[in-house]
Amino acid sequence: MKKIAENRLPELYQALSAERKLYLPLEEGGVVGYGLYSPEKKTALTAPSTVKSPKELFFPQVEGVVNFQMQGKNIDILPIEMPKEDFVVMGVRACDVRSFDVLDRVFLSDPVDGYYAARREHGTIVSLACDQPQNSCFCEAFGIDAAAPAGDVRCFIREGVLYWQALTDKGQALTDSLFGLLEEAGPAGQEQQEAFTAETKEKLQALPYHGLDLSAFTPDRLGELFHDPKWKKLSQACLGCGSCTFVCPTCQCYDVRDFDTGHGIQRYRCWDSCMYSDFTMMAHGTPRPTQLEKFRQRFMHKLVYFPSNNEGMYSCVGCGRCVRKCPIHMHIVKVIKALGGKKDE
Amino acid sequence: MSEALIPMLGVVTAIRQDTPDVKTFRVEALGGGKCFEHMPGQCAMLSIPGVGEAMFSITSSPTVKEYMEFSIKKCGCLTDWLHRMDVGQQILIRGPYGNGFPVEGELKGQNLLFIAGGIGLAPLRSVINYCRHYRQNYGNIQILYGSRSKDDLVDYQEILDEWMQDEGIKVYLTIDRAQEGWDGHVGFVPSYVEELGFDPQGKVLVCGPPIMIKFTLQSLEKLGFTKQQVFTTMELRMKCGVGKCGRCNIGDKYVCKDGPVFRFDELSELPDEY
Repeated sequence: MKKIAENRLPELYQALSAERKLYLPLEEGGVVGYGLYSPEKKTALTAPSTVKSPKELFFPQVEGVVNFQMQGKNIDILPIEMPKEDFVVMGVRACDVRSFDVLDRVFLSDPVDGYYAARREHGTIVSLACDQPQNSCFCEAFGIDAAAPAGDVRCFIREGVLYWQALTDKGQALTDSLFGLLEEAGPAGQEQQEAFTAETKEKLQALPYHGLDLSAFTPDRLGELFHDPKWKKLSQACLGCGSCTFVCPTCQCYDVRDFDTGHGIQRYRCWDSCMYSDFTMMAHGTPRPTQLEKFRQRFMHKLVYFPSNNEGMYSCVGCGRCVRKCPIHMHIVKVIKALGGKKDE
Repeated sequence: MSEALIPMLGVVTAIRQDTPDVKTFRVEALGGGKCFEHMPGQCAMLSIPGVGEAMFSITSSPTVKEYMEFSIKKCGCLTDWLHRMDVGQQILIRGPYGNGFPVEGELKGQNLLFIAGGIGLAPLRSVINYCRHYRQNYGNIQILYGSRSKDDLVDYQEILDEWMQDEGIKVYLTIDRAQEGWDGHVGFVPSYVEELGFDPQGKVLVCGPPIMIKFTLQSLEKLGFTKQQVFTTMELRMKCGVGKCGRCNIGDKYVCKDGPVFRFDELSELPDEY
């Protein structure tokens, strides 16, 4: 394990961004989000959460897929170069690190999504253990240890010192590139880590959603859960705004569209939302005509359909962003509780 | 692995007007031949830059080596555009997608009953012509095809000139309402199924409008067929074709990759959301 004093973090950022792009939580206009580091930016590494997850660094909100030129009856296909820039994303919390496992299941399964795979290959994840779980957080329900995130490098901050531990070869290579900047943490590092873990555990146990029970959500109950009459009441006030899907670190639905650039046609893909009315619209209608079906689809996917196809892995990491952002305060925790999840009293 | 969303180039080499709103397009690779191989019941994404991209079933049989055909009903932005284009137009194509009908599995050696309504004949035509090509591998073949009117029968000339001339293939046609110049059967497909009283053995392949499929299944069950004997092919909105864009699922199954062909007993286990 290595370490660096918290007040020397700007030096660490400089060093990390010298050879490659560095993304980390930045504060701009009172909003914290992942952004490209430069010395004049206001960093917010220890902010409790970011509005959006770092998903877009690997799966951008909009990205070009291929260009076309039309000439009479002829079409030219002009490929777009795959991403090939190395980058580091720093400060990723345990929940968001887990979200990449979920996204990997989608984008790295056959046929592999080349754009996502290239970014995963070129990106190095430096995670940061969480010491400020929010009241809206419930990562624990998915077996995520907030104090010990995965990633290529794992960090935690305690008593003014950032501790740094490489977990993968990629993480080790990054560590080696910081030669001279990081000091050996020695046995004190281990002690600090144990203390950090104990403190975080205590905070997690005091959270309102501690003990959230997911045992009712199993693939064999698919039909029963789908037909539960409670969906009607739960979905009644949903505005279909799609905020939950856009801030969600695991939502991966996308649209493919064409745009006239003035020089040709660009085919691009962009985030889409199952909450939108035209998501499944066809010439003869849609199988999900009201908000009830759309709302049910989102939660059934995360809690039943996705686990059914992925050895029980839920497509939710308990980051709490949708809980904080929903304009009508209807969210996955309420759905879990209403449909059979219980809170351990 | 090449990027799944990037299409290849084809060219439209023939266009046939089947009905007032259905045309059949022949697509070849630029240097001739097919863009890729497929199995009966599989689909392909067709697109025109700046207009749109959509999934269509491949109506030609894999045994045709020179081209692929798509029978397309005019019903939206892309299909309107396709209906206006001329021979020689280049087109974007990617595929094949989906599982197809189990022509080399469960259907092999079986008596086959095909039931189609309207444009629903398009995916079944691929299977029918495949089975005609490998005739010795299948038992009796019966085809029941219905449409709104005589003018709405897709592939009518091929049905008259080829299918009806084959020995061991029986074709039953019906139209919804009586019409001048039609001396065949008049009535909806499900009631015609009951009227003909098919022997409940072998396998049945059904495709047509959802309402026709629903009542046809009821008719088949009345005749003693079980859900395990009946196959259909589904259609939901698709963008990627490879199970990632997240919109064509029925429960935990993606129509683009786990379907589009489902056996009715499998389908009835899934939520009724299609």
